[in-house]
Amino acid sequence: MRFRNPEKRKKDFKEVSLGLTEKQALKEALSCLQCKKPRCIDGCPVEIDIPKFISFVKEKDYLGGLRKIREYNNLPSVCGRVCPQETQCQGNCIKGKKGRPVAIGALERFVADYEMVLGETETPEVQSANGHKVAVIGSGPAGLTVAADLAKLGYDITVFEALHEAGGVLLYGIPEFRLPKKIVQREIEYVKRLGVKMIVNWVIGRTKTIDELIEEGFETIFIGVGAGAPRYLGIPGENLNNVYFASEFLTRVNLMKAHRFPLYDTPVKKAGRVAVVGGGNVAMDSARTALRLGAEEVSIIYRRTETEMPSRHEEVENAKEEGITFHFLSNPKEITGDDRGWVQSIRCERMRLSEPDESGRRRPESTGEEFVIEVDQVIMAIGQRSNPILVRSISGLNLWGDGYIVADRDGKTNLERIFAGGDITTGAATVISAMGAGKRAARSIDNFIMGRGEPLSQPPEPVQSQSKH
Amino acid sequence: MFKILEKHTIAPKVDMMVIDAPHIAGHAKAGNFVVLRINEKGERIPLTIADSDKRKGTITLLFQKVGKTTEALGMLKPGNKIRDIAGPLGHATPIEKFGHCVLVGGGIGSATLYPILKALKDAGNKITVILGARTKDLLVWEDKFREYADEMLITTDDGSSGRKGFVTEALKETIEKKTVAVVIAVGPLRMMKAVSELTKPYGVKTIVSLNPVMVEGTGMCGACRVNIGGKTRFACTDGPEFDGHEVDFKELENRLKFYKEEEAQALHLFLTKKKIQVTSNE
Repeated sequence: MRFRNPEKRKKDFKEVSLGLTEKQALKEALSCLQCKKPRCIDGCPVEIDIPKFISFVKEKDYLGGLRKIREYNNLPSVCGRVCPQETQCQGNCIKGKKGRPVAIGALERFVADYEMVLGETETPEVQSANGHKVAVIGSGPAGLTVAADLAKLGYDITVFEALHEAGGVLLYGIPEFRLPKKIVQREIEYVKRLGVKMIVNWVIGRTKTIDELIEEGFETIFIGVGAGAPRYLGIPGENLNNVYFASEFLTRVNLMKAHRFPLYDTPVKKAGRVAVVGGGNVAMDSARTALRLGAEEVSIIYRRTETEMPSRHEEVENAKEEGITFHFLSNPKEITGDDRGWVQSIRCERMRLSEPDESGRRRPESTGEEFVIEVDQVIMAIGQRSNPILVRSISGLNLWGDGYIVADRDGKTNLERIFAGGDITTGAATVISAMGAGKRAARSIDNFIMGRGEPLSQPPEPVQSQSKH
Repeated sequence: MFKILEKHTIAPKVDMMVIDAPHIAGHAKAGNFVVLRINEKGERIPLTIADSDKRKGTITLLFQKVGKTTEALGMLKPGNKIRDIAGPLGHATPIEKFGHCVLVGGGIGSATLYPILKALKDAGNKITVILGARTKDLLVWEDKFREYADEMLITTDDGSSGRKGFVTEALKETIEKKTVAVVIAVGPLRMMKAVSELTKPYGVKTIVSLNPVMVEGTGMCGACRVNIGGKTRFACTDGPEFDGHEVDFKELENRLKFYKEEEAQALHLFLTKKKIQVTSNE
């Protein structure tokens, strides 16, 4: 995969990764061994027939390859960019045992982008309308998947989105330089062309309740409202000016385009020295966004070591290349402010990893030693919580933990007509796992409405494309 | 797109709009707010629903022209459309039979009290309304309040209407004369702070409606976080009304200054160059 020069790319919001050239794509495709028992498929949450799609690429039938992927995955250009392939398909690739695995993610992106360059998108044939109405709450990866899969089967689907634009985390969470918004819009257009209605600005739970939707004729409701609400440490100084929760910082830039203020009305504070607390993708995204807003020094504070970082390896490498520094084994204790109530510094304690406990995990523990970093801005990126409004509004819905919905593998909740999937059931996870949940929920909703008895808990199967090609 | 049906200037720099939004009017309750975005480059701002009519499918918003978005909003006319409005958001004001309630309104915040007044009156409460403003012209909706209030007290800083002085003086007298069950104060932060400090030693339950900066308004970003009794709460989903005795007003006052420079810059650019397109007529 080709990447833009770090010195250039860190000054703008354009995409960092350039994807494969046709020549590189062909080389990658030819390197695939076309295993009889392909282990890559086991690593894919939506079980794409990977060797098959790669075989189309080998024949230079790129659209054929894309069509094969779309049988399983409605958002290929998104997944080709943001899936953690290194722990999924590519992590399982037999070639990775002795060398480099086939660049499956890059190939997925290549075929999807190939179609984009051609400018046209094939619309698969949709089965004739079956007259059954399903409401999908939330237009992120889970919701879009349920909507697309059921629309293909002839269902009348309405997606309700609380924000002013559809896309969920793909829009407000993942930055432009990792996932250009025109790509998200293109995938959403694809879902709309399947006949899905998208209604924005409707906060279900407030604008309408679930009961009202059911009264209005929606036979089932799928809830995919995600986990975008911020967690915070609860340390002194978290409400000082210029302390952001990552979700606000990224929403301002990604959704509201604050980096283009004053052309766009929403501002975001630009700072010289920025500390980001956390070790996941959101922390990397926040740090790299701060850099692009013009920060001179950006550091990441993480309480364990690099090995334990939940972020994708590629994102950590990208961040390092762009000059972001890391303070590992460091745990923030306090953010201190000046007399005007603005951030001045962050005080951390040095940690060490304990001996593995019964669960095998090495927990960080304090060494008692402390240090202070002078900063102008702190961004807290230590994880997300469930989005509260809708979940709180449904009486009798079984929840776990911090307001997550209890749902089985097929998306069934304890309430008959209500299905759920994605981060609102699992806690913050990946785009592709939300799509996998959406896929299984779509089958399960179809079984429920068609009266095929209790849907069985089973591995996801592809929704067959109706394309004539 | 949301069509503006009526628009009036009700005080200097204060406009009122009646907007066609049946699905929001359907569930709007006293104390709720909406998040509004004027056009595709616009910011999302919260505005309290000052009134709503389920039958007509309308909501009424009041706003003071203090920044770019509100200035731009003030330039729209009946027939124009607002791109995005989402709501009703936030907890509704708890409405029950408290006994004697005192509603304290300052400046434009007074309008927010109007649906609360109606609902509390319907619930059988006796109500004193205290409205305060710098000067007579800035008093909002005095006549509408008179329809429902059992007692109306007006204070102006310059004495041009009612008694000269602040709402707190009138409130103090009322609390000392009568058994007040609850005080609800909406208006400038300093007024709400003064009211809360006044009622605390009397042990009178005091509710204030906070107006921090918001972005998305549904509990996902935390821009609107406030410190309530030492705990971080989100005004959009936990509020916007909180126990005035628990609010860290100093912190909120500081947080409201966070984007002062940018707000001034955007307003200046807008008023001088008018480069940025305002309306989205369709």
